[in-house]
Amino acid sequence: MILFLQPHCLICHGVIQPPISWNSIFSEEKELHICPTCEGKFEKLEGEKCRICSRLFQFLEERFRHEDLCHDCVRWEKNLEWKGYLDSNTSVFLYNDFFKEVMATYKFRGDYVLARIFAESIKDLLRRLNPDLLVPIPLSNERLYERGFNQAEALVIESGFVPSNLITRIHSEKQSKKSRTERIHIPQVFQIGDYADIRGKEILLVDDIYTTGSTLRHAAKLLKESGAKRVQSLTLAR
Amino acid sequence: MRFLVKDNYLFPQKGSDSLPISQISTIPQPCINSNFPYNPDLQLLLTGKQLLLDDLPFPLEEIQHHYENGYITYRKGIEYIKNYPVCCRCGNKAENWFASFPCSRCGEVCIYCRKCLMMGRISACTPLIGWNGPTLEHHLPERILEWNGQLSQGQQAASNRVVEAVGNMTELLVWAVCGAGKTEVLFAGIEAALAACKRVCIATPRTDVVLELTPRLKAAFPGITVASLYGGSEDRHLYAPLTIATTHQLLRFYHAFDTVILDEVDAFPYTVEESLQYAAVQARKRDSAMIYLTATPNEKWQRECRTGKRAFTTIPARFHRHPLPVPHFTWCGNWQKQLKKDKLPANVIHWVKERLQNRKQALLFFPHIALMEKALPILRTFAPDIEAVHAEDPNRKEKVQKMRNKTIPLLLTTTILERGVTFPNIDVAVVGAEDDIFTESALVQIAGRAGRSKDFPDGVVTFFHYGKTEAMCKARKQIITMNQEGVKRGLIDL
Repeated sequence: MILFLQPHCLICHGVIQPPISWNSIFSEEKELHICPTCEGKFEKLEGEKCRICSRLFQFLEERFRHEDLCHDCVRWEKNLEWKGYLDSNTSVFLYNDFFKEVMATYKFRGDYVLARIFAESIKDLLRRLNPDLLVPIPLSNERLYERGFNQAEALVIESGFVPSNLITRIHSEKQSKKSRTERIHIPQVFQIGDYADIRGKEILLVDDIYTTGSTLRHAAKLLKESGAKRVQSLTLAR
Repeated sequence: MRFLVKDNYLFPQKGSDSLPISQISTIPQPCINSNFPYNPDLQLLLTGKQLLLDDLPFPLEEIQHHYENGYITYRKGIEYIKNYPVCCRCGNKAENWFASFPCSRCGEVCIYCRKCLMMGRISACTPLIGWNGPTLEHHLPERILEWNGQLSQGQQAASNRVVEAVGNMTELLVWAVCGAGKTEVLFAGIEAALAACKRVCIATPRTDVVLELTPRLKAAFPGITVASLYGGSEDRHLYAPLTIATTHQLLRFYHAFDTVILDEVDAFPYTVEESLQYAAVQARKRDSAMIYLTATPNEKWQRECRTGKRAFTTIPARFHRHPLPVPHFTWCGNWQKQLKKDKLPANVIHWVKERLQNRKQALLFFPHIALMEKALPILRTFAPDIEAVHAEDPNRKEKVQKMRNKTIPLLLTTTILERGVTFPNIDVAVVGAEDDIFTESALVQIAGRAGRSKDFPDGVVTFFHYGKTEAMCKARKQIITMNQEGVKRGLIDL
């Protein structure tokens, strides 16, 4: 009989050896979801970033940087159709190979429980950002049925918060199969449910990855046009 | 998804009077309607399989139609046994390998299996789809087996037993030493099975082995369709009388094979992972033959063989009729402590230098990556082109190839090279043979790397240790026993 169920790493499935320190003896124990080795493979976004989209400047060629903005954000903000809708994006991790792999298991294989890995980071950020409403980027009904859950919504729920599903998606093809231009020049993919709730609110959009920022900007535009005061976004990786 | 039970049929339906499939106590199976024009493509895809709806490129209506006419079965993806979930595809019942989520397919909190997740998620509302209609018939060429090689005396005896087991649909363990030539022993048995229109599967834990066996079997059975299944292979949906699969891929099969041959039974993960054991049992038909192949059966199986509880046959000698090299034990002190000081025991260094001087290639096994990487720079002071390889090494293939091409004098390795790889003329040493990772079977396999070729049938095998273990002694004893049996049966020339 095993008296104490040893925690297993959600990613590599190995047994997690909890670190022993004075701190861990006297303070309330945090639930361990992943082992230190896997934890070490995530890279936090640290360093100088783009003011809007959180892109790290250290991996960006100098000519694509314009003071505190990246070239992409400058292009978005020059375009009158898109200017000023997305106030800012905060990301937690660098979109490295390890993150990519974990995200594929989470999202495409449907390993829902992996959402818990990110709960602590999301909680910390939400405390700081303190929005009125948390709006996960929705999936179309078809995609939702296929995956069984919405990966962005799951991040919110598993962090202990309540999502506000204010927008819905009109079915379209998978984003990842489109180029940047294609993504930007698609007609509005979202529609809004209830207007009254939004007026004057500070909204935080939640999604798993910031790639071109087009999905988030589509949603932000819709929300601002419906009266939102501020629209920021939280994405796990950039 | 949710189903409604009505008039002894299941109907996919949403709403409060329907249930997720695992909550339905017994699943009704309609009788076959022989007038129903079933879809032969569906038959081809589903015969002997258990797939998810997401795997099937057919609309749900068509599948439901086949079910209602008795041609398709719905089984629960997850069963509850005494209130504990069990995955019906992989047999997982360990609590920490399940998780749950608010499922948009059934609208409930749905439990899912994380163990076989990579083959498509099975949750409490997932039906496993199978075929219940007529089976497919094979077209047989005039000559099934096109192999003109000659079996050794030992191989021939084992081959006869395999044919017998295939015919009688019984179980048989073929215990053949490393380098005995196991594959050829199977040919006659496979031929007999195919000739009787039986479906055959060779399963092995390792993709490398699938890739190596496929061309050999295709050449031996040129008129037979061979499906080669491993993660990401193109034959995923190919129906074939002869299937070569990794044990993982067996999870997609259900009551499919009349003969299952399990290669390297002792190798990780088969004995380690119950789920694969479960998969092998699920994949075979109720009446079927099961052939186990191994060079190193575990203790339990060895005992069962000795006490007559398990049918087995041995090939105690290599095809080249020379005895197996017997390992020498050499005490090397606290080698880990020495390594911390960037030193290696003197006798290990002496062993290595001797090989380098005589230009004899060698494999040097270490129990852990970290220790091996500590030893590498020390040994490189004697020969700069020494390399080290481990499971996650991105250049693993290149390094093994360099060893084959003899451009590396000495290769340090973890247990990943313990089996499967053959270098014709090498010596082998284990540093730290007392480590738990070196089980009896691992050590027998490691010793089995030496003396493989008929031109170089000898090789030195040395176990450097800091205290003899039972596993080491048993491994040596197993090798000696096999040699003795080989001599007794006249399979070894002295």
